[in-house]
Amino acid sequence: MPDQLLFGMEVVLNGLMAGVLYALVALGFVLIYKASGIFNYAQGVMALFAALTLVGVMEGQVPFAHLINAILGTQVHHFGWHVPTLLAIILTILVMVLLAWTVNQLIFRHLVNQEPIILFMATIGLAYFLEGFGDIMWGSDIKKLDVGLPQGINPAIDDLTFGIFGYGFFIDNLDIVATVVAALLVVSLVLFAQYSKQGRAMRAVADDHQAALSVGISLKFIWVMVWSLAGFVALVAGIMWGTKSGVQFSLSLIALKALPVLMLGGFTSIPGAIVGGLIIGVGEKLFEFSVGPMVGGATENWFAYVLALIFLVFRPQGLFGEKIIERV
Amino acid sequence: MFYREAGDFKTSYTDDSQTFPIRFDRYRYYAVLIVAFAVIPFVINDYWVNAVLLPFLIYSIAAIGLNILVGYCGQVSLGTGGFMAVGAYAVYKLMTAFPEISIFIHVILAGGITAGVGVLFGLPSLRIKGFYLAVATLAAQFFLVWLFNRVPWFYNYSASGQISAPERTILGVPITGAQTAPWAAYLFCLVFVVACAIIARNLTRGMAGRKWMAIRDMDIAAEIIGVNPLKAKLSAFAVSSFFVGISGALFFAVYLGAVEVGEVFGINKSFLVLFMVIIGGLGSIFGSFAGAAFLVLLPVLLKNTLVGGLGWPTDLAAHLEFMIVGALIVIFLIAEPHGLAQLWRVAKEKLRLWPFPH
Repeated sequence: MPDQLLFGMEVVLNGLMAGVLYALVALGFVLIYKASGIFNYAQGVMALFAALTLVGVMEGQVPFAHLINAILGTQVHHFGWHVPTLLAIILTILVMVLLAWTVNQLIFRHLVNQEPIILFMATIGLAYFLEGFGDIMWGSDIKKLDVGLPQGINPAIDDLTFGIFGYGFFIDNLDIVATVVAALLVVSLVLFAQYSKQGRAMRAVADDHQAALSVGISLKFIWVMVWSLAGFVALVAGIMWGTKSGVQFSLSLIALKALPVLMLGGFTSIPGAIVGGLIIGVGEKLFEFSVGPMVGGATENWFAYVLALIFLVFRPQGLFGEKIIERV
Repeated sequence: MFYREAGDFKTSYTDDSQTFPIRFDRYRYYAVLIVAFAVIPFVINDYWVNAVLLPFLIYSIAAIGLNILVGYCGQVSLGTGGFMAVGAYAVYKLMTAFPEISIFIHVILAGGITAGVGVLFGLPSLRIKGFYLAVATLAAQFFLVWLFNRVPWFYNYSASGQISAPERTILGVPITGAQTAPWAAYLFCLVFVVACAIIARNLTRGMAGRKWMAIRDMDIAAEIIGVNPLKAKLSAFAVSSFFVGISGALFFAVYLGAVEVGEVFGINKSFLVLFMVIIGGLGSIFGSFAGAAFLVLLPVLLKNTLVGGLGWPTDLAAHLEFMIVGALIVIFLIAEPHGLAQLWRVAKEKLRLWPFPH
């Protein structure tokens, strides 16, 4: 087989893996959007915040150490203990649930019945707040996150493809783990939404707030639950991306990667998020591989957006979105 | 007492439809203009111009532009940073290609070029609405920044990839470059701000503005009563981008002098201008000024009190600023969705009755 084709296949595979990670972030958006009509721009920052908290708890950092030192003139930074990974993850989930509750209590309870675009701008404000808050709480230096996930080239695939094609594919172990985790997460979320009591209540709320209220579903509980779920998805995404490239500010930018995925797949559809993620992951890698060198590279920054934009002009609701019907 | 329309009789239609119908308002407006043009240039120093006045003036233009699009026409755009970059690179190319033409004309032309680009990226707004459009405008943001970063023609093949403004003068006084006096830069920007504000105010009071507002309130209904959505939306994009382009040109040529596009015109710039519009007040020209002043002054104040006064590290103050800005956005959206401009309006209503309660 010609080299170019083999390279292309490797690019496609890696694109699929990257697409799964995009889909993971996009999933958090879809969950909140379906249940509350809020387009949560802060999802990426939530992933950053979750990863920061996880690292902070594991390392035994003192929260707000920077601030305390500046005000009191002390020199605290670590408690001096290390929390086991599993316990730290559970603690972080608790923090995310608390965050979900606070956000609902302080912000979105007061914005019921507002226009979607107002809610969107409120989440941008929330994103800014959380970004500053996370940095003040845990410090803004780049942190290493290690929860024991395998990393580096997968030798089995390398050997296998070398045996078949005479050229070993480079596939990162972490990407494989991420793919498996994302698949599990999606399946469990779909099962949860379809078969559990709370999941059905969630879908009822998504359909019609007032009708759901009238049959005795607590809106407040459902919203806190959905935001907690989104927080959990953010934590998973934060762990994956944090292990890959360190926990730092740029982690919050993955939200920007997930937005075109959503536009492509449709805001209301879980399968749409997956398919959209895969299309964009493969598309941008292939585009960078084939056209990138001709135009100076780094096309990944905008390709997804332009693709989504062109796509939307022909199909405004995305691939799997519900048809938008407008009435005066 | 003095702030009311009683006794101020209008005898012609022109009088009746003027921008400031209350006499006190009108005098206040002239007083502000006189102070801005005739007093401030003599008393300012380098620090005030560079830390407060220039950013305030330039962001005001950008905020007015974005307010026309978001506040008046209801099309949320997150591409402001990209359009500012278009203005900056357009003025740079014009300045270096035609050095003999006045920079005044270059800045206006840069606005025109940006208006063209704005219309191009505004085309999807005919099909896409709400936050689909907001996200779609991010395409403009990322694509334009990438374009200016990667295509050497735009930065004249300079080794650093930066653009820096050559010295240009008006009537022998340097406006750009290292030799610029603070007052000259200030006055140059002020002229543009005043012109833009007057144009924007009159556009939004007239037929164009009413069409935009009809589209904002409900586009299908507006279409039924005879507003052409194509013309209304694209003209909003054009006018908005024109202002944003001028502000980008001034930001680069007069304020910074040298620009690295990803750093200066990144997505944070888009959000900053959007925040100015939200905090200042959607759909208000005065609000654009108020929002710009607020978000320019806030970091300066924080820095002076926290870093200068209390001796905190700078990064802590920066993080705190993020938190405060974010919290303010949310608070304003909850408590006063019409922003500082609405507070000002309420204060004026109260003033008209003062000192009598009814």
